[in-house]
Amino acid sequence: MFGNYITIPHLLVLFPLLAGVLTFFIKKESSAKSFSLLAVMITLLISIASLYFHNNKELSGLTFNYMWLKSIGAKFSMALDGMGRLLTFLTAVSFPIILIAGYRSSFKNANVFYGLILLAQAGLMGVFLSTDALLFYFFWELALIPIYFLCSYWGGEKRIAATFKFFIYTFTGSLFLLVGIIYVYLHTGATRFSDHSFSLNAFRTVILNSSQQNFMFWLFFIAFAIKMPIFPFHTWQPDTYEQSPTSVTMILSGVMVKMGVFGLIRWVLPIFPMAVVKFDNVLIGLSVIGMIYASLIAIKQDDLKRLAAYSSIAHIGLMSAAIFSMQTVALEGVVIQMFAHGINIIGLWIVIDLIERQLGTRKISQLGGIAHKAPVLTILLVVIAFANIALPLTNAFVGEFMMFGGLFKFNIWYAAVAGLSIILAAVYTLNMVQKVFYGNTNALTESMKEISWNEKLVLMVIVVMIFLTGVFPQPIFELTKISVAPISTIFK
Amino acid sequence: MNNILQIVWLIPILPLIGFIINGLGRNNLSKTLSGLIGSGVILASFIISVYVFLSVKEGNTHLIHYFEFINTVSLNVHFDFQIDQLSSLFLLIITGVGFLIHVYSTSYMHEEPTKDFAKYFAYLNLFVFSMLLLVMGGNYIIMFIGWEGVGLCSYLLIGFWFKNNEYTNAAKKAFIMNRIGDLGFLLAVFWLLSKLGSADFHQVFDNVAKLTSFDIGGITLLLFVGATGKSAQIPLYTWLPDAMAGPTPVSALIHAATMVTAGIYMIARSNILFTMAPLTQAIISIIGISTALLAATIALKQNDIKKVLAYSTVSQLGYMFVGLGVGAYTGAVFHVMTHAFFKALLFLGAGSVIHAMGGEQDMRNMGGLKKYMSITHITFLLGCLAIAGMPPFSGFFSKDEILAAAFAHQPILWIAGVVGALLTAFYMFRLYAMTFHGQFRGTHDQQHHLHESPAAITIPLVILAILAVVGGWIGIPEVFMHGGHRLEAFLEPIFEKSNHIAVKHELSHATEYTLMAVSVGGALIALLFAWNKFSKYQKAEINETGIGKVIANKWYVDELYDKVIVQPLQSLATFFNQVIEKNIIDGLVNGVGKAVHYGSRQIRLLQSGLVGTYILLMVIGMLILFIIQLFL
Amino acid sequence: MPVYYYIFLAVALFSIGVIGVLIRRNAIIIFMCVELMLNAANLLLVAFSKMHHQVLMKTNPTAASDAQVFVFFIMVVAAAEVSVGLAIIVMMYRNTHSVDVNFLNRLKN
Repeated sequence: MFGNYITIPHLLVLFPLLAGVLTFFIKKESSAKSFSLLAVMITLLISIASLYFHNNKELSGLTFNYMWLKSIGAKFSMALDGMGRLLTFLTAVSFPIILIAGYRSSFKNANVFYGLILLAQAGLMGVFLSTDALLFYFFWELALIPIYFLCSYWGGEKRIAATFKFFIYTFTGSLFLLVGIIYVYLHTGATRFSDHSFSLNAFRTVILNSSQQNFMFWLFFIAFAIKMPIFPFHTWQPDTYEQSPTSVTMILSGVMVKMGVFGLIRWVLPIFPMAVVKFDNVLIGLSVIGMIYASLIAIKQDDLKRLAAYSSIAHIGLMSAAIFSMQTVALEGVVIQMFAHGINIIGLWIVIDLIERQLGTRKISQLGGIAHKAPVLTILLVVIAFANIALPLTNAFVGEFMMFGGLFKFNIWYAAVAGLSIILAAVYTLNMVQKVFYGNTNALTESMKEISWNEKLVLMVIVVMIFLTGVFPQPIFELTKISVAPISTIFK
Repeated sequence: MNNILQIVWLIPILPLIGFIINGLGRNNLSKTLSGLIGSGVILASFIISVYVFLSVKEGNTHLIHYFEFINTVSLNVHFDFQIDQLSSLFLLIITGVGFLIHVYSTSYMHEEPTKDFAKYFAYLNLFVFSMLLLVMGGNYIIMFIGWEGVGLCSYLLIGFWFKNNEYTNAAKKAFIMNRIGDLGFLLAVFWLLSKLGSADFHQVFDNVAKLTSFDIGGITLLLFVGATGKSAQIPLYTWLPDAMAGPTPVSALIHAATMVTAGIYMIARSNILFTMAPLTQAIISIIGISTALLAATIALKQNDIKKVLAYSTVSQLGYMFVGLGVGAYTGAVFHVMTHAFFKALLFLGAGSVIHAMGGEQDMRNMGGLKKYMSITHITFLLGCLAIAGMPPFSGFFSKDEILAAAFAHQPILWIAGVVGALLTAFYMFRLYAMTFHGQFRGTHDQQHHLHESPAAITIPLVILAILAVVGGWIGIPEVFMHGGHRLEAFLEPIFEKSNHIAVKHELSHATEYTLMAVSVGGALIALLFAWNKFSKYQKAEINETGIGKVIANKWYVDELYDKVIVQPLQSLATFFNQVIEKNIIDGLVNGVGKAVHYGSRQIRLLQSGLVGTYILLMVIGMLILFIIQLFL
Repeated sequence: MPVYYYIFLAVALFSIGVIGVLIRRNAIIIFMCVELMLNAANLLLVAFSKMHHQVLMKTNPTAASDAQVFVFFIMVVAAAEVSVGLAIIVMMYRNTHSVDVNFLNRLKN
């Protein structure tokens, strides 16, 4: 469509980018807000169109390609495969939700705020679309930088310390990634214009001996592990989630951590298969320990944001364990779970934000009895909470089921130990629901009011998506199966 | 009978529709309307279930495929319903007893605010929907959906009065205990999937031969772990007595028609796997009989009318597991059915009493109620006789069948079973005597308000009482009447393969008569003893000592779990949170930052601003380079 | 004359320069020592140039001794340096009434 020059991947990246730059120049807060909302809506439409035009071929069809830095073999190449479609759709659908949920909040320098959010969206889109390592790295950083400014300017009290840690931590990871990319690049074969190439295909066919692979694997892995984050690289996350403005936390946990998961599937598994096989026990062990560890810590949290952060770490741990189990069923589970987790955790953040904005606190110990005052909010939260603990017929069940199934195929004991986390998840989630929503109201929660229409609307959208993808997950599998199954066949 | 296929899906969908209507319209629907919708959908399901049952009785079983739930390269899960003898029987129990409980609830819950009333019916409908899904599922995964669904609904209903923290604690406990079991179930499903590539019932049962005995042992044990959670067996039984926190009809629903029978259903459904795992069967019988005895002893000392009934449920479930363990699958299913009748009856009767007493649940404050509530009294008595195993009430036939099978398998099991039966008779008649006989011991206010419950409560009681009396007659043992066990004949296709493999123990008629006489005689003595002791019960402060205190405190199992599992986990979590997370991991990360910071502060001192120092350093540097160049 | 005579002389001059820079605090003397070092280098350049030229002459009588042109470069650079350096010293004297370089560490604040 649109001839050879403008394709959907093109639009998905460039549209938010341009819109973001334009937003900087809109001085009036309300117009900046509506303009950015309009922009993300249009992006969503583009993304829906990309779902419609899918043809299920591996990294082909909707591609977009021209030489970028000819002499070093870097191409501006982007493509949409099934997994990319799903994740760009997640990105596209979560931003309107995030903006509408925060429509009531007001920020100083709103134009910059919304502009940066759109830039972050462009970066995220680029990460999911790039089929060129240098371009991937470029977008990887592009997504990080707006987030840094968003947190450090509009964040909570300790924002400077938290964002500094976040930035240095993830940036260190990125540097490892850059070194790794350059090293692998130097081992790729020549192309027509240059001695080496950054393209995904060149990376996939690169010949490295096993010690090189092992070394490179860790460079790539650490970058992605920090972003996801995997135990023990996770400590930036609770602090950052706690201190960021909630809209940014939603972007971070809903979409941005998926960059790491996505990176592992697209850039690590196919490129360093030998290293993955060699270290599988270490990696799965770390992930499983992280799951139990984060779940246990979550039980002890008093701050709702930190609770959600640790719960997210536990869920991500399962994803990474599933990825390194190298089973087809697990990878398929991971892909659908990335989508489901994004939706659920955003829903959870919205609820937390609503409570905080009304009552001015996120401390579980200070809350209670909200169910009397805001029954609709409570019902929606309970649905989201149960989706978060993967109750069947909610969206997370299918993914978790398949991931555990894959882990079980790899090793029964890992699955059994990891399975404990579903019990612990029930413990901390139900504790939270009980202490925040049930019981009697106190002086503080007495003033709680039912949520307004726009908040109801976004939460309803989330709940509908939870059930829709929970009962009928098949369309998502149809979308992604061609792009996932071949990866696991490398290990057979 | 193609039209069966076209309406079967309505059985679970109707309660779901009821749930949606009541849930969304809870602010607008009147109580009458939401009660009507809530009960009506279940009635409609029941009528369809009867129709389905009749069709199945003629020998039409179906596996109905609806859509692909998951269909990928690696995993294939169909959304299938299995309609056969076992599931159609359970459909009848669930929708039938469920319907009566719904009708009962319309009156029992009438004092709730309209909004909560509709919410209550919505949850109740969802509960029935989940249970139907569990029973109708054509593979373990669809079954698991219902399996977790009933866990969710029990959570919502037990915590229905969510203002009270104890109630929500009980709800949480129920859900978490169930989740522990669910993990076992899940692992078993994964095991099946990884070995057979499918979790469809017919695929699994047809390919059992492909599994090694280790696999079967592991799978059945894990499935049994799942069953202990749902069906409240040792070690996961403690949630069920606490589940009393919910409204009484909910207890009836959980204990009688749904939820706790899920474990029995699942094992009966997978009977072929269990028959091939003798070790698991032995474990099941041991756990079953221990649970039966443990719960029965606890029930002896409880004073809360619902608690006694709750422990009696745990105990009766223990019998069902003994039945499953010794291969008497029909007996277990039979007991599920009769138990559904008399336990629903007893709970609803207890609810009627509590209703009349204005919320009072302590039996020490009751007494002499037979004067005021004759229908409740008579129906309750029939229920007690049924659960005590008096012939010809329903409990006698089903319990006898399990005990006979246990005797044939291992006489010690039988002896323990009979002891349990004596205890059952004792505590049930203690309950009966304390509640309905003797002097009224409550406050004057309560006495003033005593009244028979309205028709919406008494009619279900009467229907259930009739069922509790005659329900056992479909399974009259061979010794009394040739061909009398119609249930066995009906369920024959389900247990065919197991019966084929299992070793047959034939008992002589004389032995069977003796066994019956012993258990009935013993129960009768226990019953009369309890009657004698408690019909003139006077309120007195008794300080329990010794074993009595241990029993009254439920063998301190909750305390034990708290000490052994909950507290260590909590301290581990605190340790992780306070020490490892803050000091070690984050300390390491921050330590890197601090090291850089410290290092740069030290190196900064070199920049003194004294030109001489700079030059000196430069010269030293050059000299070092020279030396390296020249000599190294 | 063997080339190492020149080398010793240059090393001696250079060392005097280095030591002078290190131990003196008067900016003008430091400045002169720097010049001394530059000229030590110049001397070496000229000496080596001459030496290489003699070697080259044996095979190619027309060879030119162009290396000495570097000396002019250095002299130009030195001249530029002197003008800038002296200017700095003058400014320094105006500000601090001293030509002691250790007073300059106040720049760091």
